[in-house]
Amino acid sequence: MKYEKELKKAFSISIPVLMGYIVLGFAFGLLLTSFDYPWYLAPIMSIFIYAGALQFVAINFFNAKAGLIDIAIASWFINIRQSFYGLSLLKRFKNSGKLKPFLIFSLTDETYALLTTIKDDETLNKKYYYLFLGLLNQFYWIIGCTSGAVIGSYVDFNTAGLEFSLTALFVVLCIEQYKSLKNIYPFLIGAISSIFALIFIPSDKMLIVSIIIALIMMFFFRKRIEK
Amino acid sequence: MTGIEIYLAIGVMALVNYFTRVFPFIFFIRKDPPSSIIFIERFFPAIIMVILIVYTLKDIEFAVYPYGLKEVSSVIFTAFLHLSIKNYLISIFGGTIFYMALIQYIN
Repeated sequence: MKYEKELKKAFSISIPVLMGYIVLGFAFGLLLTSFDYPWYLAPIMSIFIYAGALQFVAINFFNAKAGLIDIAIASWFINIRQSFYGLSLLKRFKNSGKLKPFLIFSLTDETYALLTTIKDDETLNKKYYYLFLGLLNQFYWIIGCTSGAVIGSYVDFNTAGLEFSLTALFVVLCIEQYKSLKNIYPFLIGAISSIFALIFIPSDKMLIVSIIIALIMMFFFRKRIEK
Repeated sequence: MTGIEIYLAIGVMALVNYFTRVFPFIFFIRKDPPSSIIFIERFFPAIIMVILIVYTLKDIEFAVYPYGLKEVSSVIFTAFLHLSIKNYLISIFGGTIFYMALIQYIN
C-alpha cells in the first residue's frame, strides 16, 4: 500500500486513544441503551456528532426533551474550546486540499493533543498521516459506542449509577484544566454560577442560565482573572 | 424525546459541533482573533467543566436524605484517584464503580 508508513505511524501513536475511546465509548453506549434508546443511535451519533462530552450530555437532552435552540446554544458552549484548537493548526492543514474538511471534523480533544504533542516526521506525507490518525481515532470511538450499546441492549446489567461516568469525566477534565491554568477564578465563577442556577432555576434551563451568568461574571472580573 | 425529535436533536448537535471545529478555519485564516475571543478561549473551558459537573448532578435532591453525600463523596474519590494515579481511565472507571456500589448496595 502506498501510504503504509503513514498508517503505521498513525496507528502506533493512537494506541492510548484506542484504549480510552473503547472504554469511554462503551460506557456511553451502555448508558444510552440503559434509558431504552435504540442501539443504532450509538453508531449514528458517533459517526455524525463524534464528540465525547456532547454525546453524553445529549442523553440528558433526550431525557429532558430539550428544545432545539437550547440544544444548539448548549452544544456550542460545551464544545467552544474546539474553536480554538484550529487556531494552532491553520498552517499545518493549509495544503491538505480535499481532505481538509475531514481533518477539521476529526479534531477531538485527543486527536488535537496527539497532533500538537507528537513531533512531525519529515519523511511522512503529512496530509495522509493526519487523515489516518483522524480515521483511526473515530473508528475506535464508533466501535466503543456501538459495542456498548449492542451489549447493553441484550445483556441486563444493573446500570444504576453508571451515569456518574460523565460526572467523573468532567471532574478529571476540570483537574487537568486547573493544572494547565493555575488560576482559581474561572473555577470559582463556574461554581458560583452553576450552584446559583441549580438552586433558583428550573433544571431544564439550568445549563444555559449558568453559562450566561458565568460569561457576564467573566467579563465583569476580566482584569482580576487576567492579572 | 422520541423518533423524529431525536434525529433532529442529533442533526442540530452534529451541525453545531462541526461549526465549532471549522470556525477558526473560516474566520481567522487571514486576520488574528480579537482579544475578547482569546480571553474566552483561555478561561471558558475551566468554567464550563465546573458547570458541567454541577449540571450532571442537577437531579439529585440535596435537601433529602442522604443529602447528596453519595455524589459528593464520589466526586472527591474521583478527584483523589486522578491526583494520585494520574490516569484518566482509572479515575473515570474507579469513580464510577465507587458511585455504582454506593447507589446499589447502600440505602
